[in-house]
Amino acid sequence: MFDICELCEPETLAEAKAIYAANPELKVIAGGTDVLIRMQHGSLAGAGLLSLRNIPHLDEIEMLADGTISVGAMAPFTRIFEHELIRKHVPVLGEASVSMGGPQVRNIATIGGNLCNGAVSADSASTLFALDALLKLETAEGERIIPMRDFYAGPGKVNLLPGELLVAILIPREGYEGMGGHYIKFAPRKAMDIATLGVAAVCKIRENRFVELRIGLGVAAPVPVRCFEAEDYAKGREVTWECVQEIARLALKPAKARSSWRASKDYREHLIEVLTQRAVAEAVKRGGGCCAD
Amino acid sequence: MDHKIVGKNTQRLDAVAKVTGRAMYTDDFFERDMLVGKVLRSPHAHARVTRIDASKAKALPGVVAVLTPADLPKIKFATAGHPWSLDPGHRDVEDRLILTDKARFVGDAIAAVVAEDLLTAEKALHLIEVEYEVLPHVLTAEDAMAEGAPLLHENRPGNIVSSFGVQFGDVEAEFQNADVIFEGDYETSIVQHCHIESMSAYAFVDSDGRVVVNSSTQIPHIVRRIVAQALGLSWGRVKVIKPYIGGGFGNKQDVVVEPLTAAMSLAAGGRPVRYCMTREEVFIDTRTRHGMKLHLKTALSREGKLQGIHMQVLSNTGAYASHGHSIAMSAGGKFRPLYDFRAIKYEPKTVYTNLPVAGAMRGYGTPQIFFALESHLDDIARKLEMDPIELRRKNLIKLGHQDPLTKNVVRSFGIPECIAKGKELIHWEEKKKVHQGQTGHLRRGLGMACFAYASGTHPVALELAGARIVMNQDGSVTLQVGATEIGQGSDTVFAQITAETLGLPVDMVHVVTTQDTDITPFDSGAYASRQTFVTGIAVRKAALEVRAKVLEVAARRTGLAPAEMDIRDRMIVETSLGRTVCSLGDVAMDSFYDRLLAAPITSDTSANVRINAMSYGATFVEVEVDIQTGRVEVTELWNIHDSGTIINPKLAEGQVHGGVSMSLGAALLEQMLFDSVTGKPLNPNLLDYKLPTVLDTPKINAAFVETFDAAGTFGSKSLGECPTISPAPAVRNAVMDATGVAFHKIPLYPQVVFEKFREAGLLAERSVQHV
Repeated sequence: MFDICELCEPETLAEAKAIYAANPELKVIAGGTDVLIRMQHGSLAGAGLLSLRNIPHLDEIEMLADGTISVGAMAPFTRIFEHELIRKHVPVLGEASVSMGGPQVRNIATIGGNLCNGAVSADSASTLFALDALLKLETAEGERIIPMRDFYAGPGKVNLLPGELLVAILIPREGYEGMGGHYIKFAPRKAMDIATLGVAAVCKIRENRFVELRIGLGVAAPVPVRCFEAEDYAKGREVTWECVQEIARLALKPAKARSSWRASKDYREHLIEVLTQRAVAEAVKRGGGCCAD
Repeated sequence: MDHKIVGKNTQRLDAVAKVTGRAMYTDDFFERDMLVGKVLRSPHAHARVTRIDASKAKALPGVVAVLTPADLPKIKFATAGHPWSLDPGHRDVEDRLILTDKARFVGDAIAAVVAEDLLTAEKALHLIEVEYEVLPHVLTAEDAMAEGAPLLHENRPGNIVSSFGVQFGDVEAEFQNADVIFEGDYETSIVQHCHIESMSAYAFVDSDGRVVVNSSTQIPHIVRRIVAQALGLSWGRVKVIKPYIGGGFGNKQDVVVEPLTAAMSLAAGGRPVRYCMTREEVFIDTRTRHGMKLHLKTALSREGKLQGIHMQVLSNTGAYASHGHSIAMSAGGKFRPLYDFRAIKYEPKTVYTNLPVAGAMRGYGTPQIFFALESHLDDIARKLEMDPIELRRKNLIKLGHQDPLTKNVVRSFGIPECIAKGKELIHWEEKKKVHQGQTGHLRRGLGMACFAYASGTHPVALELAGARIVMNQDGSVTLQVGATEIGQGSDTVFAQITAETLGLPVDMVHVVTTQDTDITPFDSGAYASRQTFVTGIAVRKAALEVRAKVLEVAARRTGLAPAEMDIRDRMIVETSLGRTVCSLGDVAMDSFYDRLLAAPITSDTSANVRINAMSYGATFVEVEVDIQTGRVEVTELWNIHDSGTIINPKLAEGQVHGGVSMSLGAALLEQMLFDSVTGKPLNPNLLDYKLPTVLDTPKINAAFVETFDAAGTFGSKSLGECPTISPAPAVRNAVMDATGVAFHKIPLYPQVVFEKFREAGLLAERSVQHV
C-alpha cells in the first residue's frame, strides 16, 4: 500500500504541462521503479503523483531530419536496447540499457525517469554524457534544450524548473556517427544491481589515431562526469596500449570518488583506471582501431 | 535393488499447482473482517524502554488495538524449533518476550498496532511515543565477552549463551608428539536465507474460542506449542495450519511471527489479523546465519597423517539465543565421521551481541566449520607440498567407524568414490597442467573440499515422525504426514515410497500437503535433512501396514495365504505364478462395504527413529580470478554426493542446485553489514544485500555416488542441507590455487580480494596518484 493522496493521469503532453504548472509540488512518475520504492520506504508520504504513462508518443525513438536520434523520455529500457535505430547507430546506449536491473525493471523503467531521478549510478547517464546528448525540457511556457552535463546539480538533484518535464533525449549525429563505443558496468552482481562504477567510452578512429574520444563516468563523483583531460590527451594520438593507459590515468582527474560502505575511494579510483583502460580498448576495437597490448 | 518408482524422476506433486499459481500460500487466504498488524521497532541497539504512550495511536481512526509489553504475558519463551524436552536441562534457552521493554538490537519489537489497513497501521506506529534509556552495546563476540561489557540478558555472565564442547583422546599429547603443527584463523560473515516468501502469518479466534494460526512455517506442531507457551494457553487451545510455503531454509524452523500475530488477534477481540513482514523486516528481525571466528590448531605426522585437532569457535548469536546454543555444538560434530583424528578438542563459545538474532540456516553451523577445516587442510597441504586431495584421502575414516561420542555408526561411506568421480569429471589433472605458468590479469585455479553430514538429529534430539494412510474405494490411498513440504520435494518422495510399497502408480497416492495440527500426524517438521530419512521410515511403516491389511482382505477373497500374494500395479498377484487374483479396487470395496467384515484399510503410525546415517560429498570447482578488479568467477563446478539411494534424481539435483547457489553466495557476495558504531543494519534489502541472481550463478553440475545405507528407507540418506557445505571452501581453495593468495574470510567480495591482491604484490601501485 502506498501513501498517495492524488494521482493525475493526463492524456496529452499539453495537459500534463498545464497540470504540473498549476501544481509543481506533484511528483512526476514514469515507470515507478524509483518513485514507488521511495514511497515504500516511507519518503514522499502523502504525495500527489503526476503520471506520464497515458501520454502517447512520449516513448518513441526516431531519427530527426538532421540525423539526431531522439529517444522519448518515456521509452523503457527494453525498447531502447531492442530498437533498430539504437542497435544500428548507438549500440553503446543499448549496452547501458540492458545492464539496468532485470527484465521486469527494464520493461517498465524509463530512460527519462532514470535521468530525472538524478542518481549518479544511472547507467544511461554516463553513456549519454559520452554521447554528448542533449535534453529537451518543456514547461507550459515553452521548451529549452540543454546539454546533459548541465542537467546534474548534485546527488539526486537535477536542474528542472518548477513545472518542467523532460520530454526527449537528443543524440546529435556528431555524437554517435562513426564512433565505436563500449559501456562497462561494474557491480557486485551481473543483474539487479547498481554500479560500483560505470564507464562509457566512445571514440572515432582514423588510421589508428584518435580523431575523438569521449568518456563518461558514473559513480566516480557526486554526479556523472566527463573526462576532458583524458579526451584532449587522446586527440590525434596514435592508439597504443601506452596511450590507453595514460588516458585511463587521466580519467581519474575529474573523479571525486568517496568511501562508503559500498566501496572505498581507493577501490573506486583503481576501478576507474582499470575499467577505463578496458572500455577505451574495446571502444577502439569497435571503432576499427587496434591497441594490442 | 529393482524398484518401479523409487529412483525414478517422478514429477513433483505440486509442480503444476505452483507454476500455474494455484498453490495457496499464507498470504493467499483471506478471512472476513481481516485486520493488519505492524510492529514498532527500536532505533537503538541496546536500550531500556522507560515510557510508552500509545494514546495518540489508539485515537487514530481505523486503529483497533495497540500492544505494548505491558499488555502481554510476562512469560519468557524459547523460539528454537526443536522437539520439547521432558528433561528441563535439555531445553532451549527461554530468553524472549513477544514484545520487549528492553531493546537488544536495532529493530527489536517494542510495540505493535492492529488496524483496518496497512497505511493506518503505519501511521499509528509514528504516533506511539517511546522514551528510551540508551545503554552501551556490543556488536562483536570479543567485545561482548570483555570484562565490564554490558550484559544483554540476566544470568548470562560474559554474555555467553553456551560454551559446551566435546573432546576425546589427549590433544595436548598429540601436539607434544607431532612432527608438525599448523594453526590458522578463519572467519565467516553473517548471511541470510532470503526465502522468496516473507515471514507471514494470520491468526484469529474461532467459534470454539480456540486460537487458529495460519503460518508460513517449517514446523507447525512446534509452532503450536510455542504460541501456547508464549501466551500462557493450554496447548490444545491453539491450532496451527501450514499451507504451501515459499522457502524456509531454517529461518522458519523457528517461531518468529506467530506468537505476536496470535496476540494481535486476541487484542482485537479475536478478529483475524495478518502480520506479514516486509523484506526489510525479514532481514532485521527474523534469523541469520551465525558469523563465526574459528581458530584451528592441528597436529600431523610428517607424512600428513592427521593426529589431533583443537578447534576454537566464537559464534556470534545476536540478541537472543534462538538455536545458537545448539548450532555451534551440533556443527562441531559433523567432521568426526569424515576424518580420522586420534584426539579432538572442540571448544565453541556462543555469545550474545546487540545484532539481529542468528538461528538455524541450511547446514546448521556446519558450513562455517567446514569452511574453516577445508581451508585449513588446503593451507596445510600447501605448506607440506602435498596434493590437497591426497592429504584428505590419507585421513578418511573407514566404513564401520563408530563415533566415540554419539555412537553413530558409519554404515555406508561413498566419499572415496565421490572424490575420485569429482576429480575425473572436472578433469583435474589436465586442467592443472593447462593452468601452469599463467600470466595476465585473468587466472584460473582449481579447488575442492569435502563434507560429512548427518540424517536428522539422533542421538541429540527426539526423532519422531508420524504418517497416516487411508485407502479409498478405488484402491488409491490418501497419505498424511506431519513432516512439511517446504519446496524440497518431500511430499513427492513420500508418495514414491508409498507407491513403491503398495504397488500403486504415484498418481494413486494423494498426499495432503497442508498440515493442520488438529488433523495432521505428529512430527516435528522440516529441518536437519530429516524428512526422507526419518519421516520416510514412518511412511514406509504405514505403507507396509496397509499392505498387510490389503493382503489379509485378499486372502479372505482368494483362500491364499497373505504371504503367497503381492500387490503389483494395482493388482493382487499370486507371487509364485505371477497370476492376477483380484484387483486392489476389489479389496478396497470389500474393506468398505462387505456386510460382515467391512473395516476400512488405514494405518496411523509413527516411528521413533533412534538411528542415524552419515551423508558425504565433495565440491570440485574451477575459478577465474580477475586480478585487476578482484572479481572471482566460477567457471566450472561439480558437487558429488553420497546420499545413499537417491529416491528421485531430478529432485535431488534440484536440492544440489539450490544448496550450491546458497554456498556460492556466501563465498563470494553475501554478507549482512552493520554500522560499526550504532549497530544499524546497512543493507537490509535485496538491492544492497548481494544475493546472487541467476546470471551470477554458474552452471551447477550434480553427480551422485549411490551407496545403500541399511538404516534408511530403500537405502536413502540425507541430502537437503548437504550441498551447501563444501562449495565455499572449494572456491576459496581454487582462488588460492589461481593466485597463491590464501583468504581466511568469506565472502571474497571484489574490493576485499583486490585489497588482498595488492597487499600480496599482485598489483602494481597506481603509477599516477590521483590529484
